[in-house]
Amino acid sequence: MVTNTHADVQVSDLNFFYGAVQALHGITIDIPEKQVTALIGPSGCGKSTFLRTLNRMNDIIVGTRAEGRVLVRGANIYAPGTDVAALRRRVGMVFQKSNPFPKSIFDNVAYGPRLFGVRGRNELTEIVEKSLVRAGLWAEVKDRLPASAMALSGGQQQRLCIARALAVGPEILLMDEPASALDPRSTAHIEDLIGELRENYTIVIVTHNMQQAARVSDITAFFYEGHIIETGPTQTMFTTPTQKQTEDYITGRFG
Amino acid sequence: MGLEPDAKVEEAGGEHPPALRATPFEGGLVGALRAIPFAGGYFRIAGASERGARLFFAACASTSMLIVLLIFLFLFKEAVPFVSKPGLSDLAGTRWVPVSFQHELFGILPLVLGSLLVTLLASVLAIPFGVGAAIYIAELARPAEREFLKPCIEMLAAIPSVVLGFFGLVVLAPLVKAVFHLSTGLTALSGAILLALMAAPTIISIAEDAIRSVPRSYREASLAMGATHMQTVWKVTTPAALSGIVAAVMLGMGRVVGETMAVLMVTGNAAMMTLSPFDSVRTMTATIAAEMGEVTFGSTHYQALFWVGITLLFATFILNMVAQRVLRKYQRS
Repeated sequence: MVTNTHADVQVSDLNFFYGAVQALHGITIDIPEKQVTALIGPSGCGKSTFLRTLNRMNDIIVGTRAEGRVLVRGANIYAPGTDVAALRRRVGMVFQKSNPFPKSIFDNVAYGPRLFGVRGRNELTEIVEKSLVRAGLWAEVKDRLPASAMALSGGQQQRLCIARALAVGPEILLMDEPASALDPRSTAHIEDLIGELRENYTIVIVTHNMQQAARVSDITAFFYEGHIIETGPTQTMFTTPTQKQTEDYITGRFG
Repeated sequence: MGLEPDAKVEEAGGEHPPALRATPFEGGLVGALRAIPFAGGYFRIAGASERGARLFFAACASTSMLIVLLIFLFLFKEAVPFVSKPGLSDLAGTRWVPVSFQHELFGILPLVLGSLLVTLLASVLAIPFGVGAAIYIAELARPAEREFLKPCIEMLAAIPSVVLGFFGLVVLAPLVKAVFHLSTGLTALSGAILLALMAAPTIISIAEDAIRSVPRSYREASLAMGATHMQTVWKVTTPAALSGIVAAVMLGMGRVVGETMAVLMVTGNAAMMTLSPFDSVRTMTATIAAEMGEVTFGSTHYQALFWVGITLLFATFILNMVAQRVLRKYQRS
């Protein structure tokens, strides 16, 4: 399943601090292009923090600081003068709790394109349709695009958020426990979707659910107390992990 | 004493005997009789004090309603003779000359127009100013700036309107006169600026609350898509807080419509039919405040002033109703 494509994101020796508290210690990992990388580990281990360093979403928290290098397609995103907005446009994000805007379904998906200057009704309609199709939501909402996004079910809202993220044409998609608040059917739906999206996007997903990591990912990284303990092809990680801690966590002995 | 059996039952961990479950509240003579040996007395006392408390609160609640009714009644009682004597059609006139040796005129249109002009101008000034300040404090200011700005704004709210009127008379009016090269600075614009200052603290603090209560997740979603901070404020946070902002504006303007002192002092008090911000005007509130003290009790002028009051009452009533409608509409969407 794992093919050796080149790395899309190269992280080397990344340290991250919330004020005086160090949350990440010397993180080094290559995230391969057009594959799904799962980040697993117990709560508070730093996997979400790490995910948010990849699009610099931690910048909005006052008093945080990152040291080290994160190369996205070769460019260090922590270099001075980096256009953070442009970075986030390339590195999209889906959050744990679905967070559609209190606007219509159409306006939610059209939000990003409009920000970046797409004005024509036809062009917008086209982007919205394409994004909703990719997020597997088109069939369910195509007749009620002007309806409020808040009227959708939780699973539909999460897919709408995925469509919204896709609408600005990202290369990389970060997902922070995207299915943890959903029922099993919606979860299956999201997992299928991740399988389809990996054709076109590099995906990094944080998950608490071991089976989910095993099902959807190509690469797994195990985080523990701010360190990466082990990284490898998912199949190897789940069958023959080299580290004792990894094995203990995966088999459910702690965490 | 009445509770003792109950306590024992609780201790034993058993079920309540059926008699205890039948309290007098269930109604019916049988239920009441069965309850007596155990807790009937206790419950009866509780019932009486409950009823008493209920009555007390009901009285408080209905008093405000009663007072509104009485105000209506009183206003109309004093105003009614005007209907037969000069006739209501006189009120629709364009000149307000209540004291005259030849012919008194009681046209309230210039007063209505004056109130309307000053209020609208005040809104035009207060809304962008207040909402802008709210956005700055809620979204852009550093914590230290916030800590400094908020008390300042609250202090603005604490200034009595007469004092603000002094400021208007001594500072603002000459300034308006100089800037716009007018013959007098006592204009609708001067009044509107003062009223805007009065409405601003209400608008700012309520709108700020509304903006700050927009879920963080909306902001994050917008930023994560590559929106800048400003784009997020403009396209997501502010629209999401719109119902609260509208409420803030309505409440702020509510404070302004009935305001008397400041406008009395700085608008020049000339009852003119004008829509120019640079003319002197006279508002309904200022007219009542200025003339009520000198008018002959029961005279036509006295009754006309009551009609001005009634008009004002209906204006605020309608404004309130519209505000509620708007608010409900925004809350739904």
